Amino acid sequence: MPADALVSIRDLTVQFRTDRGWVSAIEDISLDINAGECLGVVGESGSGKSVTALSILRLHARGTARAARGSIMLDGRDLLRAPERDLRRVRGGDIAMVFQDPMSSLNPVLTIADQISESLRLHQGLSRAEGRSRAIELLDLVRIADAPRRADEYPHRLSGGMRQRVMIAIAIACRPRLLIADEPTTALDVTIQAQILELLRDLRAELGMAVMMISHDLGVIAEFAHRVVVMYAGRIVEQAPVGTLFSAPRHPYTEGLMTSLRGRDIPGQRLGSIPGRVPDPDESIPGCRFGPRCAHVEAVCRAAVPALVSISENHDVRCTPRSQALAPACL
Amino acid sequence: MIEASTVPEFAATTLAPRQRSMILRRLVAHRSFQIGFFLVGVLAIAAVLGPMLTNTKPSAMHISHRFSPPQAKFLFGTDMFGRDIFTRVLYGARVSLWVGFAVAAIAGVFGTTLGVLAAQFRSLEGAIMRLMDALMSFPAILLALGITAALGPSMNSVIIALSVAYVPPGVRIVRASALVVRELDYVQAALIAGARAPRIMLRHILPNSIGPLLVHLSFVFAYAILAEAALSFLGVGVQPPTPSWGNIIAEGRDYALQAWWIVLFPGIGISLATIGLNLLGDGLRDVLDPKLKG
Repeated sequence: MPADALVSIRDLTVQFRTDRGWVSAIEDISLDINAGECLGVVGESGSGKSVTALSILRLHARGTARAARGSIMLDGRDLLRAPERDLRRVRGGDIAMVFQDPMSSLNPVLTIADQISESLRLHQGLSRAEGRSRAIELLDLVRIADAPRRADEYPHRLSGGMRQRVMIAIAIACRPRLLIADEPTTALDVTIQAQILELLRDLRAELGMAVMMISHDLGVIAEFAHRVVVMYAGRIVEQAPVGTLFSAPRHPYTEGLMTSLRGRDIPGQRLGSIPGRVPDPDESIPGCRFGPRCAHVEAVCRAAVPALVSISENHDVRCTPRSQALAPACL
Repeated sequence: MIEASTVPEFAATTLAPRQRSMILRRLVAHRSFQIGFFLVGVLAIAAVLGPMLTNTKPSAMHISHRFSPPQAKFLFGTDMFGRDIFTRVLYGARVSLWVGFAVAAIAGVFGTTLGVLAAQFRSLEGAIMRLMDALMSFPAILLALGITAALGPSMNSVIIALSVAYVPPGVRIVRASALVVRELDYVQAALIAGARAPRIMLRHILPNSIGPLLVHLSFVFAYAILAEAALSFLGVGVQPPTPSWGNIIAEGRDYALQAWWIVLFPGIGISLATIGLNLLGDGLRDVLDPKLKG
């Protein structure tokens, strides 16, 4: 574990209860989020991005889900085993989160100021009036014009982009050290997307917080992240600094994602795509879970689940043939 | 999966304060709400002002005027003891509307509390909902009949009995909409902000779940008036000499062919109250939940 890791996830396996018993939604996830860093997490729907994020706050639907293995360390404490009281201090205090859909993320019966100051009042014991003036400062910070007036309005008066700004204001209210942004721009117009990303980037620099940006949009990740984790069917298949990942992807799945990226397409040529679909978590696939969709599949892929192997500093790949070819000779 | 924050088909009705003024405007413009509000309003005013609108007592007997048909002195006629039906219907409105209101209020409070608790706590859900299922397996009027028989007939036992009978549907309604609201992102967001369960229930789930219940309660109000009349008619409800619309009819039924006015006017009272509340409820439903508009 690097010295500057803020949150350190090791061997995290989260399972959901189904009719056929417990099924793993994510398996053996290990990743570090360094202080002040921006980590991108990419993958298709169902690859386990959001489950990973929610697990950090231990919010994977209780009762129907469980963390079967692993640990999530923050300040030398394992969040998976921390008592509920401590977790409440972490939630909204050390770690905050922004969701995908700003339309359903705000409570329609409370004013903007009430909602922004909720965590301040919970964590710092502010009064209602203090909370309101802090809320106005925060609205200024997320660049909402006419903040004092907006503070007393109800969410239905705001546009999608403004609501997402409010959600960000709520998230940064207590100066979190980690902001988890779960597809924060997916539900927004393209022009608004760019503004929100810019806002997040500026705030990250201003507040010095780490951001975990979850997205299926490689464009967003390329623009935003320092380091990228690629997830497929509940596992990390590749992680690398953003430049390396985009210039020299090693996992066939990452390569597939790159060819399906817009902007690299040549006019007249069809956009690349990966044949097949993401397997269900309870589908039993021998060996590599990407095998059935992989153009380069070999016998060794079906024989055993590939390990996540470090092929150079900061670059890990879960692909047996590739890592054998590329791993440093000493291994 | 957590990832799929599904947009509920039956969006929970919400009552933001600013929205409230909009809802009010739409209610005021709603035809059946207007009529219902007018009917219920007139009856409520009559009930409240009752003693001032008449110069006799509901149990005062005018022996020389037994079975008088409606006339200037006795607007609605008199009964077999020479009691003024107009006065008795006015006083009966106080009883009937009070019973209806009390039952709706109790059903509302218990329905909301139990419904939100059942939606929030898995451990309570089974117990609460199975109890409600058990209560709902009896026809409401039969259950109420049994309870009033056990408690002894009086206005309070009518209220208790009808509340027991009408709480379960309210619990189901609130639980259903609270389950929808519970999955919305802002509840998750409140959890992430570090809020505790009680705060989430009171600030986030409850205010956003009670729209459908309000509609239901306007019907409960009407059913309760009908049920009170039925119970009183059957003799286990409000006891004479206290007049209620139900027991005035019960007492007059033997003479219904000769002295039709004894049963007609309390009957009209019941009909107007029930129709008024139903129209009012229709209006509320249309405005609070436009998707159900038929």
